[in-house]
Amino acid sequence: MKLGRTWFRTLSLILGFAFLYIPIISLIVFSFNESRLVTVWGGFSTKWYAALVRNQQILDAAWLSLKVAAISATIAVALGTLTGMALARFGPFRGRTMLSGMATAPLVMPEVITGLSLLLLFVTMEQLIGWPAGRGMTTIIIAHITFAMAFVTVIVQSRLAQFDESLEEAAQDLGARPAKVFFLVTLPIIFPALLSGWLLAFTLSLDDVVIASFVAGPGSSTLPMVVFSKVRLGVSPDINALATIMVAVVAVGVVVAGVLMSRQQKIRDRDAQMALAANQQMIESLKKG
Amino acid sequence: MIRDVLKRCWPRGRALVSAVPFLWLFLFFLVPFIIVLKISFSDAQIAMPPYQPLLHWVSDKALQVQLNFGNFAFLVEDNLYWKAYLNSIKIAGVSTLLCLLLGYPMAYAMARSAASTRNVLLLLVILPFWTSFLLRVYAWIGILKNNGLINNALMALGIIDQPIQMLQTDFAVYIGIVYSYLPFMILPLYANLEKMDLTLLEAADDLGCRPWEAFLKITLPLSVPGMIAGCLLVFIPAVGEFVIPALLGDPGILMIGKVLWTEFFNNRDWPVASAVAIALLLFLVIPIMYFQRAQDAEAGKGAHR
Repeated sequence: MKLGRTWFRTLSLILGFAFLYIPIISLIVFSFNESRLVTVWGGFSTKWYAALVRNQQILDAAWLSLKVAAISATIAVALGTLTGMALARFGPFRGRTMLSGMATAPLVMPEVITGLSLLLLFVTMEQLIGWPAGRGMTTIIIAHITFAMAFVTVIVQSRLAQFDESLEEAAQDLGARPAKVFFLVTLPIIFPALLSGWLLAFTLSLDDVVIASFVAGPGSSTLPMVVFSKVRLGVSPDINALATIMVAVVAVGVVVAGVLMSRQQKIRDRDAQMALAANQQMIESLKKG
Repeated sequence: MIRDVLKRCWPRGRALVSAVPFLWLFLFFLVPFIIVLKISFSDAQIAMPPYQPLLHWVSDKALQVQLNFGNFAFLVEDNLYWKAYLNSIKIAGVSTLLCLLLGYPMAYAMARSAASTRNVLLLLVILPFWTSFLLRVYAWIGILKNNGLINNALMALGIIDQPIQMLQTDFAVYIGIVYSYLPFMILPLYANLEKMDLTLLEAADDLGCRPWEAFLKITLPLSVPGMIAGCLLVFIPAVGEFVIPALLGDPGILMIGKVLWTEFFNNRDWPVASAVAIALLLFLVIPIMYFQRAQDAEAGKGAHR
């Protein structure tokens, strides 16, 4: 019986991960294909990478997307951290329900609605106060901050809920002001959560085609917008090359982040052990004395 | 004097911390919906922006509000919109069910594997998440199309003579949605199953309950919150999905996200697009509120574990 269940679990994992990874692997394999037909193997070639590097439209769009993603992820982390703090630490306050509602709704809101509503806001604001004048990078950044901060909020809030509030209380008892407590105690502890929130916000922004299509002006096409219009016309191998580069960057980033985090965790564990040992010693010396 | 007033009104400390994101979300999340609602009641016109204002100054003193329910009447009368709504709900519903059927065994297997492998498996589920969603949907075009991987393989094996039309069908849309949203189903389920108290199963075993029975009577009911969270995370965005049907579905597929896109970008009819958005929102508001309550309860629960 036990054996049968193990077998079932292994099988479901194998099938599930095959489903998740075969498309990605096929993208990578066919990016090195000589033939223009994406799915017929015509020999090994790296010419699509060369074609990608020569494609000025894609390069411009990629540069714009990277700038938008970096700026919006940074601001989204700042705002998301504030929201997460307010929701996890402040107890009930006036407007809490509304804040939590507005902070989590973008997680599931269909992108077409978010995109349309933000565009209409920008148009109305331009009519009323003249800002933002026209649409472009600024409007894309604002839109991306708004929907990415929801993800950061959830990550920060659940990280804050997991760790012991007594650490913050102890610092406060020892006379630290709230801002100091935040920067010296809370922030270092939740830092890994902020990092993963930043990375998630960055990739969400780098990935978004629907919202950006609504709020971008005529002259500002982000990378996903260019890719989307190209892909709608059919498969093309240079897009496979682009996908392979992105997968490689993500894989390297995840491995580096994983190594750094586990090293930090080891240091923290060692510190905790040393503190425990010191405590023990103190107690024993007190007993003797 | 002004400084005193400012000092009193300017939020400090905690109030400031919550006020900044509150104002941001109020301006960029809530106000836009009010504007969408407003424009859904206005008339289209050929201008920039392409709609008429709701408020008119009739003479110098009277402000006239002109509400036009025509856009909504249009939605109700035209069969196309009804069909698009119903079809979106059907496609999202079936995809959610498929996600659950595929994701539950995976989440269960992950949660019950050794602690050391658990983190690796979790990383493997999250990893596709970090690579472009658009490019992962694109990958399926190469797999499903008539001279794509599956058809080529089947024809090489001699199982079929003619390629099977898979791309530009509802089947492809189901595959695309299940593929893209599967991690959203697995993660809340895994979080739920991993937390479960395994001594309950031991107790059931001691009392002579068979493992299969114990699963149905204990594990499954206890994992209902995880299932609900996962289903809502898949269903709600899938109803309004645009990219997947646009790339993998039939060009004439009726899904509400695509209808809204066409009204806005191709027909340039902003008021009707707004009315479509409001109608979609009205339909989704109950599942969204339910999701928020579950989310808030879940987020607060982790404390002092």
